[in-house]
Amino acid sequence: MNSQVQIAVEKYGKDASRLMDMFHHLMHEKGFVDDEDLNQMAEALDISKVDAEQTLSYYHFFNKKSRGKFSIYLNNSLVSQMMGRAEIAEAFEKATATEFGKVSADGMFGLFNTSCIGMNDQEPAAIINGVVFPKITTYRVRELIREFRAGKTAPEMINSYGGGQNQSSLVQAMVTNNLNRRGSVIFADYTPGEALKKLPNMKSRDIIEEVKNSNLRGRGGAGFPVGLKWDFCTKSPSEDRYLLCNADEGEPGTFKDRVILTETPHLLFEGMIIAGYAIGAKEGILYLRLEYEYLEKLLESVLDNFRKKGLLGKNVLGIEGFNFDIRIQFGAGAYVCGEESALIESCEGKRGEPRNRPPFPVQVGYLNKPTVVNNVETLCSVVKIILNGAEWYKSMGTKESSGTKLLSISGDVKYPGVFEIEWGMTIHEMLEMSGAMHPKAVQVGGPSGRLIAENEFERTICYEDLPTGGAMIVLGQNRNILEVALNFTEFFIEESCGSCAPCRYLTVILRNKLKKIMDGKGVAKDIDDLVHWGQQMKKANRCGLGQTAANPILTSIENFKQDYMTKIEKGKEFDTKFNLEAAIQESSRAVGRFPQTY
Amino acid sequence: MSKPIVATTSLAGCFGCHMSLLDIDDRILQLIDLVDFNKSPVDDIKEFTEMCDIGLIEGGCCNSENVHVLKDFRKNCKVLVSVGECAIMGGLPALRNNIPIKECLEEAYLNGPSTKNANPERIMPNNEELPIILDKVYPCHEIVKIDYYLPGCPPRADLIWNALIALVTGDELKLPYEVVKFD
Amino acid sequence: MSEQVKFTIDGKACKTQKGTNLVEAAKENGIYIPVLCHLEGIKPAGSCRICNVKVNGRFMTACTTEVSDGMVIENITPEIQELRKIIVETLFVSGNHFCPACEKSGNCELQALGYRYQMMVPRFPYEFEEKEVDATSQKFYIDRNRCVLCKRCVRSVKTKDGKSIFAILGRGHQAVINIDHELANQLSDEEAQEVMNTCPVGSILKKERGYVDPIGSRKYDNKPIGSEIEQITNL
Repeated sequence: MNSQVQIAVEKYGKDASRLMDMFHHLMHEKGFVDDEDLNQMAEALDISKVDAEQTLSYYHFFNKKSRGKFSIYLNNSLVSQMMGRAEIAEAFEKATATEFGKVSADGMFGLFNTSCIGMNDQEPAAIINGVVFPKITTYRVRELIREFRAGKTAPEMINSYGGGQNQSSLVQAMVTNNLNRRGSVIFADYTPGEALKKLPNMKSRDIIEEVKNSNLRGRGGAGFPVGLKWDFCTKSPSEDRYLLCNADEGEPGTFKDRVILTETPHLLFEGMIIAGYAIGAKEGILYLRLEYEYLEKLLESVLDNFRKKGLLGKNVLGIEGFNFDIRIQFGAGAYVCGEESALIESCEGKRGEPRNRPPFPVQVGYLNKPTVVNNVETLCSVVKIILNGAEWYKSMGTKESSGTKLLSISGDVKYPGVFEIEWGMTIHEMLEMSGAMHPKAVQVGGPSGRLIAENEFERTICYEDLPTGGAMIVLGQNRNILEVALNFTEFFIEESCGSCAPCRYLTVILRNKLKKIMDGKGVAKDIDDLVHWGQQMKKANRCGLGQTAANPILTSIENFKQDYMTKIEKGKEFDTKFNLEAAIQESSRAVGRFPQTY
Repeated sequence: MSKPIVATTSLAGCFGCHMSLLDIDDRILQLIDLVDFNKSPVDDIKEFTEMCDIGLIEGGCCNSENVHVLKDFRKNCKVLVSVGECAIMGGLPALRNNIPIKECLEEAYLNGPSTKNANPERIMPNNEELPIILDKVYPCHEIVKIDYYLPGCPPRADLIWNALIALVTGDELKLPYEVVKFD
Repeated sequence: MSEQVKFTIDGKACKTQKGTNLVEAAKENGIYIPVLCHLEGIKPAGSCRICNVKVNGRFMTACTTEVSDGMVIENITPEIQELRKIIVETLFVSGNHFCPACEKSGNCELQALGYRYQMMVPRFPYEFEEKEVDATSQKFYIDRNRCVLCKRCVRSVKTKDGKSIFAILGRGHQAVINIDHELANQLSDEEAQEVMNTCPVGSILKKERGYVDPIGSRKYDNKPIGSEIEQITNL
C-alpha cells in the first residue's frame, strides 16, 4: 500500500467517517488524491471506491490531479470583482501563461476561481498554497510569480502582518482584522476564563434557562432561539450528544467569524464548553472552512492551553463526569456545508448534502446522535450571557432581538470591516457608520438575502424588520445591478450540491435567461419568466440555500426593475437570440467556406 | 365563404409527420372540404401565393435553408404549429448536437463506412448553392415564435386531426391520453 | 395493531396507520401523489421534489414526510401542479431526452409524468449539454444523457456486504452517476435486470436487450402514471 494512504488511514483509526481528514492528509502530502489512492483507501476502509470518490469529488479544494506546485485560488465573488479582480486575473494569466481552470504546462502554476474566501474587506484576494494574499495588485502578481519561479515558497512571500493576532508567531498572516467597531458583547474587554468560573456552580438546566431568558437567537442567519434548540437536544434521549460549531461562514460578504477566530478564539471555545456542558455533549467539533486554515496553529495552541488548564478533557473545571474535548474539522470548499445538516454530513466524511427533516439534528445529528450546531458568534454571545446575565443581555437591542450583532460590511464604503452594533440600527445609520459612498443598493445578508434600494434604507436591522446573518455589501450609484444578480446566481450554480432537481438546474436556466437580457436580447416576457420561475425555487427546494438561490434575481427585479427594463428590446415581443451568422461559423470553417448570411 | 388555408413543410425531418397526416385515412376527404392547401409537399406548391391561416412545421432547423423556410412560414402564416419531436426539440437529427461539426462532416463524407473508400479526393460538399449546416439542430421555437405544439414521433394521426379541427372550428382541442406521446 | 391517524387530502377524509409516509398514505386512500426519485422499500431521498405537497400550508416533500393526525394536505392545486410541471420540464431540458430513440420509451417514469402534466413542449430552452455514456461495465451501460439524478440506484443497489455500486460524482449541475465497475461486474444477470428496473428513466440499461415491449403494450401507452392508484376505491 502507498505509505501516505496507510499513514492517513491509520492516523484516523480506519474510521470512514474521518474521510475528510484522510483526504486532507493526502492533499498536504501529495497535492492530489488519485484513483490508486482511492482504491487503496476503499480497500483499507472496506467501502467501495465510488463511495470514497463521491466525497472527494464534492469539495472544491480536493482534486484527483495535481493543481500545480503553486495552486492559486483567486476569489471571484462580487466584491472581488468590484475591487478589480478582472485586472488581477488577467495579470495572473499573463504571468503564468495559463488560463483559469488550468495548470501551466510545466506544472508550476494552477489558476482557479473560488467562491468568497472571507476577505471581502481586503479584495481582491487569493489563496496560494494555503497562504492568504489580500489586496493584490498587478505589481504584486508579477512579483509573486517571478519569485515563485526563482524558488521562493508562498509563506516566504508574506511581506507584512495584519494587526492583532495576525502578527503572532502562530499566524503571521497578511490579513488585517478591520475591526472597526467593538461593541458590548463579543468584542468587549474580557478576562479569559471568567465566565467558566461560574460553571461549577450552575446546573446544565440553569444555563439553558439563562440562555432562553436572554432571547438569544442563532447568528448564522436563520435566527432560531438558541435556548430552545439546546432544550430540544437535551430532551432527545441518548447516551451521547454532540456540539458542533459552524465556522464555515461561506455566505459571500461574511467575514465576522474570521475576526473572532483571530482575536478571541478563547471566547469561542469557552462558549463551546458552556454549550457542551448545557446539553451534556461528549465532544465538540469546530467545523472550520479551509479558507481559514492559516488560523489552525493558533486555534490548536489555544485548545492545548485549555487542556493544560483542565478546561478540556476529563472532569472539565473539576466538574465530576463532565468530559469534553474539542477537535477541529476542516471543510474543503463547499458553501452548502454551512447548512447545519450538511455540515454534519461533512463531519461524517460524506458529501455535504443537507438532510431531510424531520428528524432534526437535535434529535438525530452527528453519528445519528442528538446534536446542536451553533454559529461562532452565537457561542461567543453565550459566554457573556452566562457572565453578565440574561437581563443585562436583553437590555441591548430591540424587543425581539436582544444583544448585539456583528456586521461584515464591504463594497463601496470607506471603512470596510467588522462592526459590532446593537440590533435596531437603520440601514441608513449603518451606511453612515461605514462611510458608504453614494449608495444605490445594499445586499443585506449576502446573495441568499435581499438586494434593497434607497426606499428601504430606513428599515432597521433586527428580527422584527430586516433580519440578517450580517453580510452587508454596499453598492455605489454606478454599479450594474444585473452584473450583481449574475455574479450571485453563478455562485449558487457553482455551489449547489445538486441534490434537488430545481436547485441543480433551474438556477442554470435562470442564469441563461438573465444573460440573454444582459446581451440585449431580452423581451418583456423574459422578466416575467424570471420572476415566475424564480418563485418556484422557494417552494421547491429542501434547504435554505436552494430556497434562496433565486433571491438575487427576484429581489433585484423587485427593487430595480428599471435597470432590467432599459436592457429590454423596445417594441419586440419575441426574440430567442438566435443568430444565423454565428450559427454557421463552425461549419463554414470546417468545410473552408466563406461565411455567408442567408 | 373562403376556406382556411393550410401550408406544410418538412425541415430537418423524415416526412414521417406528413405520413401521419395522411394516416387520418378517409377523414382526408373531410379535410379537403374544410381547408385549402397552399405551399406544401401535399400539392407541390413551392412558394406561398397568399397569406395562410395555419402552417404545419415538421422537423427542426439543421441548416440555413431550414431557417429561411421557417422564417418564410412565420411571415406567411397566421398560426404556426410545431409538428413532431424534431420540430419541438430537434429530434433524432439533434443527436449530433454535442458532437463538433467537423467530426460530423468528416464522419459523413470522409471516414464513414459508406464513404471511406468512395471519396478519394476527400471532398466535403462546399458549393455556394448548398445550404450550410448550423452549429446545432435548433427546435423551431428557438428561431421563430411557434403558437402550438403537437408532440410525437410521429404525432398520432388523431392528434393532428384533432388539432386541425380545433384550429379550423375554434373549438377546444381534444387531448385524450392515448394521442399525446413523445415517440 | 398500530395507531390509526386521520388526515385530509384536498378536503377528502383519509386514514392510515401512524408512521406511514404521505406518498403511501395517499396511495392507500386512492390518491396519487407523483413521485420520481421515490421507490417503495428504500429510504426516501426527497431529491426530485415532484412529490411536493402543502402540509398545513407549508411545502413539504410527501415521500419524506410522515403523516400525522389532523394533517391538512393539499395535493392538486394550480400552484402545486404548476410547480410539478416546471420540475418535469426542467428535467427534460437538463438532460438530452430523445424519447423516440430510447429503449425505455413507454416505460419511462419521466416521460409518463410529461404525459400526465400534458407537457407539449418544455418552456425552457434546450441546452444540449454534453454527457458521457459509460458502457464499460459488462452487464449494463449508463447513459447520462437520460439521467435525472434520482439516486435510486445509489440508494438501492448494494453488494451483499453492503458496499455501494453506484455513487454520485461531482456536484451541482455537473454531478453524474459513477459506477464501481469491479463490483458491478460481480452482479448476476437477474441482479443486473433489477438494477435496470430501479432506474425510472432509460439511463441504466441492461446490455443485449432492448425494445422488448411493442408500442401499444408498454406501461404508460394507454393509462397515465398513477391511474392504477386512482382506481382503488376508498378503503
